[in-house]
Amino acid sequence: MTLLDTVLGRDEHRSLRMDKPVPDSLLDRGAQGVIGQPIDRVEGPLKVSGRATYAAEYPAERLSYGVLVRAPFGSGKITDVVADEAKALPGVIDVITDYPSFIRNPQQGGEKKAPTQGVEKVDYHGEIVAIVVAETFEAARDAAARVKVDYEPAEGAFVFADHRDTADRPPADQIPAQSSQGDVDAAMASATYTVDQTYTTPSQNSAAMEPHASIAEWKDGKLTLHGSYQMVASDQMQLAQALGVGNDQVRIISRYVGGGFGSKLGIAPESVAAAIAAKRLDRPVKVAMARQQVFDATVRRSNTEQRIRLAADHDGKLTAIAHETLASNLPGEDYFEPAAIGTHFAYAAENRLTDHKLVRLNWLLAGSMRAPGEAVGMLALEAAMDELAEVIGIDPIELRRRNEPEQDPEKKVPFSSRQMVQCLDRGAEAFGWSARKKTAGDRRGEWLHGLGVAAAVRSNMLQKSSASVELTKDGRAIVSTDMTDIGTGTYTILAQIAAETLGLPLDRVIVHLGDGEAPPAAGSGGSWGAGSSGSSVYVACEGLREKLAKAMGVDADELTLKDGRAIAENRAVEITELVGDGMKVVGTIQPGHQEKAVRQASYGAHFAEVKVNAVTGEVRVVRMLGVFEAGRILNRKTARSQCLGGMTFGIGAALSEELVHDARNGKVVNRDLAEYHVPVNADIPQLEVEFLDGRDHHANPIHAKGIGELGISGAGAAIANAIYNATGVRVRDYPITLDKLLPGLPD
Amino acid sequence: MKTFDYARPGSVAEAVQAGGRFIAGGTNLLDLMKLQVETPEKLVDISRLDLDQIEERDDGGLTIGALVPNSDLAADPRVIDKYEVLSRALLAGASGQLRNKATTGGNLLQRTRCYYFYDTAAGCNKREPGSGCEAIGGFNRIHAILGTSDQCIATHPGDMPVAMRALDAVIVTQRGDGDKRRIPIADFYRLPGDTPHIENVLAPGELITHVELPAPPKGKQTYRKVRDRASYAFALVSVAAVIAVEDGTIASAALAFGGLAHMPWRNPAVEAALVGQAPGTAAFEAAADALLEGARGFGTNDFKLPLARRVLIATLRDLTQ
Amino acid sequence: MHFTINGKSYEAEVDVRTSLLDLCREHLGLTGSKKGCDHGQCGACTMLVNGRRINACLTLAVMHQDDEIMTIEGLGTVENLHPLQAAFVKHDGYQCGYCTPGQICSAVGMLDEVKKGWASHVSADLTDPAFDESEISERMSGNICRCAAYPNIVEAIREVAAEQREVAA
Repeated sequence: MTLLDTVLGRDEHRSLRMDKPVPDSLLDRGAQGVIGQPIDRVEGPLKVSGRATYAAEYPAERLSYGVLVRAPFGSGKITDVVADEAKALPGVIDVITDYPSFIRNPQQGGEKKAPTQGVEKVDYHGEIVAIVVAETFEAARDAAARVKVDYEPAEGAFVFADHRDTADRPPADQIPAQSSQGDVDAAMASATYTVDQTYTTPSQNSAAMEPHASIAEWKDGKLTLHGSYQMVASDQMQLAQALGVGNDQVRIISRYVGGGFGSKLGIAPESVAAAIAAKRLDRPVKVAMARQQVFDATVRRSNTEQRIRLAADHDGKLTAIAHETLASNLPGEDYFEPAAIGTHFAYAAENRLTDHKLVRLNWLLAGSMRAPGEAVGMLALEAAMDELAEVIGIDPIELRRRNEPEQDPEKKVPFSSRQMVQCLDRGAEAFGWSARKKTAGDRRGEWLHGLGVAAAVRSNMLQKSSASVELTKDGRAIVSTDMTDIGTGTYTILAQIAAETLGLPLDRVIVHLGDGEAPPAAGSGGSWGAGSSGSSVYVACEGLREKLAKAMGVDADELTLKDGRAIAENRAVEITELVGDGMKVVGTIQPGHQEKAVRQASYGAHFAEVKVNAVTGEVRVVRMLGVFEAGRILNRKTARSQCLGGMTFGIGAALSEELVHDARNGKVVNRDLAEYHVPVNADIPQLEVEFLDGRDHHANPIHAKGIGELGISGAGAAIANAIYNATGVRVRDYPITLDKLLPGLPD
Repeated sequence: MKTFDYARPGSVAEAVQAGGRFIAGGTNLLDLMKLQVETPEKLVDISRLDLDQIEERDDGGLTIGALVPNSDLAADPRVIDKYEVLSRALLAGASGQLRNKATTGGNLLQRTRCYYFYDTAAGCNKREPGSGCEAIGGFNRIHAILGTSDQCIATHPGDMPVAMRALDAVIVTQRGDGDKRRIPIADFYRLPGDTPHIENVLAPGELITHVELPAPPKGKQTYRKVRDRASYAFALVSVAAVIAVEDGTIASAALAFGGLAHMPWRNPAVEAALVGQAPGTAAFEAAADALLEGARGFGTNDFKLPLARRVLIATLRDLTQ
Repeated sequence: MHFTINGKSYEAEVDVRTSLLDLCREHLGLTGSKKGCDHGQCGACTMLVNGRRINACLTLAVMHQDDEIMTIEGLGTVENLHPLQAAFVKHDGYQCGYCTPGQICSAVGMLDEVKKGWASHVSADLTDPAFDESEISERMSGNICRCAAYPNIVEAIREVAAEQREVAA
């Protein structure tokens, strides 16, 4: 195969649209025996030896350094960027601003257009308005601090509580903003048992360890940007449109991404600033955002105020579920935190209501952060279920069992696969749930102990995704796609899928990711990465198997591929004898009728034991178990790590993470990692994870459902419920910091 | 970071005459210089000076060189044996990496973690006298409840100095003219008042060379720190306590607090409420009342009042059992 | 300025304001050490200086011209991993990999501190600290991992420490 074939589109293409279930998967018939195995990450040695290269780590000739300049006010209009002092400093090349082109807000994930541009108008404190470029980072940083931004302030909305009554209902996004079935009010009025409570969650920050960074370099009118982005294909379009160039004039490369968690789904201000500066100066520009700027000017998870109403009959069967959410975002931004996304199908109930409204605030952009919707929605719903179990006087697991729906309670379609109750039962057994005391009072010295449980649901999605797989004449497989590995294990699971379906030892598979010139993939977001990009590789490999079968003169169904050999009809040949000069297929998966024909989601159950210090209110997680079912587990090692990460995010959300906005200007007050408290090692015990066997034939041909966000969904609620079990204090305002527990603790 | 001249003098005598800001571990100074909260024109690198010894004195105390890293001080067998409160306080602070770099002298001078002090876009009388205090009326979860002024409600963020305050450490300095001073830690720090940018009594160019610990105190010692994470977080409230009980009454008490004030806080009235009393709720409550005399919250830090009370009482209970 | 890094000599003309971290990343091509916060709040930049783990972001290069500096690149290579590097791969002690070099350098320094008998905040007895999971967690708390591989990091370090003890015994 030659590059020419690729360019001329002579590669063979194969496509699968998920209109029907695919009950038969090659992964169940593979002879290589690598799929599902807890295989070490294939890129692991590069990462542990410091040789994996992240965005800001590529060399370039005549590289210059950019440092971004922020607006030091919360709302208004810039009148001048005074840069004389900055420009006069040794080593400073220029101070550049381009009011119309710089992006005011980062972009949401998957959008194919430029984000909101125009930075003469300032909508939030810390908005990026200029870039200083210098010969060294040190000179640029100094100069950036000396740029003075003059402005005319304008009225701004900085306090959620002050503006909550002006909330508007946004258009549908991941889910409709509003849905209704039956009559919730009537059901509440006639119910034997009810819960009607309001829960609040604060703004949060993804706080990926690698700050957003870009190196921009123009050559012959074309931009190459080494960036730290999750969705290369759409990010390229966003960037091209922001710069006013054709989509094919921008190439983003994101081979290694130091964590994303949603914050790198869409483009952030550093990419556009670096690209504009690089073009204007005709030399490469590197910009790594300072950690404080990541907090100020990338994307936050919205704060929420969630009212949950539950009504149940005398048997503890739900008759109504209502989940009404107020979230926030900037004026003109439609994204809303879809807190009720899991509430649509988590439990049976005849009368149902979901609603989302947006309070318009001059706080930085709200967008997706790990499990948008479920992550905070289940902090409310699963705490409310715990409250209802107590009101009824039954075990919280039993309450969930009684309300397990037989089908999607709104769409009235079957579940593609669902083992939530099994997860709860297995977890209860493994965790020793029966030892839980019904009321608080397990005091050991200064510590109050308690157990909590919560269910986990996370919608499963499939996105269009393509990958090319080439069998080389020396018998290796080369997988190429612009899919990213943000720590999720993509490199490894794509290698496993190719190895399994092509019958190659793992070290004969090479995976190239994150290059925007490769076939466009789904990107890393929404837990769809493995299912979508994995299926594209699967489809391509299926095509290669047919080619091999043809070359061997046998039927593809008869073909067994193992250790580089093709076996059929009592013949075995080296595949190198079949591939000729090489074979290449571009595989594409795309969603189809199965999206609507069935309800697709992953499920799980979280069990937590906490101890709360009776003197100080400090909370420690003693142990925690997550039991999950997410269809086929492609790699038990990397999948487990995804769950550990999600559960830890849940612990952070429950106990310590809160992005604080100043009431006077909306500024993020705790804008560094010393004061925005993500969990540290000492906060996290040796978490346990178990997977139940599963296959989802409706999801995709590899039968895997999403797992990256399942671990966070419900996790924090299990912690909150355990705190209540330990102390008898129900805190509905997350995070549950010690000051909120103190008033309820014994003297 | 603004640029600066850099000098590395070979002796203390040269250092104090070099005229500039001293840098040793740099963990706090460079942090602040990167943000241009600190903008020294000259850095005097004292990190190689011969001030990294811990020596026993004839009176039974210890003399600690200003350049002894926090890690080494915490691990010193004499400190562990006789001044456990100090070792515990050090280990409760920062991270392993920071403790390896941060020094005894530098840690005494650690500046506040006030969010508004750190953000040059905010008004802060400590960073820029006359620019106001945005912590008052802002988010002040980590701020002071004792000894505040209408100009500043910042706290001293350290742990080690709190223990040293309870141990009546003496700070030994040298000035450009060669003069040496011995400053009791009780006299070292200043409350914010109208000059929150002046945090201690050091004169410009005056170098901390040593810290002296008096002979070990009688009684039991502990350091208890309450924070928002299990580790790697600054104190919301901390207490360094040294209590001796003899014949059923409290014979002596030294109690210093972190997270409550612009400096490690020690109030003789707290100890007076305890000494001579039988350990018990009445005495402990009286001590807590004395501690919180005049305390006030500023909104988001109101919880520190009950928290300080509870931590003090629990600590006293622990040490007198 | 002259530096000794991973046993190799380097000459570099750098601004006096250059941190040890930026010296390595921007001037010497040693990008293994990471910048996560630039303020000593995450540990991604952890290096070993004269055998001790420190935050390379919070120290000036100019102050380290006489020191022995070890970065992740000096610890092992892809072909010849240090036991801790190998254990991190085996136990999946990472995900995105960005904090990983700092975690590993920190672990090397930390195990040396344990060997010296240093106690930690969670040690019940400061003169004879135990070495268990909670000790490892506390001692590694200066290295944030947002992917939260903490349990795997602890397991990787525990295993290597146990092997080292066996060898010593």
